[in-house]
Amino acid sequence: MITLTHYLMLSAILFCLSVAGIFINRKNLILLLMCIELMLLSVNFNFVAFSQYWGNLDGQIFVFFILTVAAAEAAIGLAILVVLFRNRRSINVESIDSLKG
Amino acid sequence: MTFELFLFYLFGTTLVGSAMGVILSRNPVYAVLFLVLAFINSSFLWMLIQAEFLALLLIVVYVGAVAVLFLFVVMMMDINLAELQQGFTKYAPVGAVLGVIVLIEIGFVMMSDQITIKFNEVQEFAADYSNTEELGIELYTNYIYPFELAAIILLIAIVVAITLTMRKRPGLKVQDINKQVAVDAKDRVRIVKMEAEE
Repeated sequence: MITLTHYLMLSAILFCLSVAGIFINRKNLILLLMCIELMLLSVNFNFVAFSQYWGNLDGQIFVFFILTVAAAEAAIGLAILVVLFRNRRSINVESIDSLKG
Repeated sequence: MTFELFLFYLFGTTLVGSAMGVILSRNPVYAVLFLVLAFINSSFLWMLIQAEFLALLLIVVYVGAVAVLFLFVVMMMDINLAELQQGFTKYAPVGAVLGVIVLIEIGFVMMSDQITIKFNEVQEFAADYSNTEELGIELYTNYIYPFELAAIILLIAIVVAITLTMRKRPGLKVQDINKQVAVDAKDRVRIVKMEAEE
């Protein structure tokens, strides 16, 4: 039988993989965005699993909103990426330092 | 081992494998395709605990919209891959160590005596239970204002994405609707009176 712990462990592994991915691909902006999407997916896993095992639908409603925000974030992030690439011909994170932050 | 547990391990290992594919593949196009595989597998896994509506929504929204958007952007850009992969091997061990540390921390939290998971049994739903219907009722009653806010967020995202990427290119021949509508017949046709020739 599948228990809640199975799902929690799976989502923990997914989250750690995406954290590691952010460090490994720290130059490629597109892959950073993809790793953030994976992170949101693992959070959604927790929400769905808790909600289904507890028998309360509020968690799934929240997944719905997270999906909305993630879609908006991906669209805006990719739009910024396209504009950035058009201006600088590169998506290397290290070359984006004109703000001197 | 029941059949469901077997399915869980099958989809779970594929999910973890495709997540590794996302973070390790050299070519961003392959990374996006692995991302699609990861989304599809998680949709199967959500289906296993009977969250059908969100499982299908994940395929529609993520595979159908977000991943395709990523794929378009990746394919549209002419990226210098060699420059982006500099230091890949240098940072791979750091990333792996950090990932393992985070995993161990989460493991400690979940194994600790302070936390007991009370609802470890899977819920058995009746045959006529509809996840979609229940979610819809909840969404349109208790969560109606957040739902409308979500719609506004999506609208803002559309406007922002279009205004950011739109550009005016000089030298393009475009219609000027105002000029076309304001045109009068007198400006276009000139009647010339002249003598008939013999």
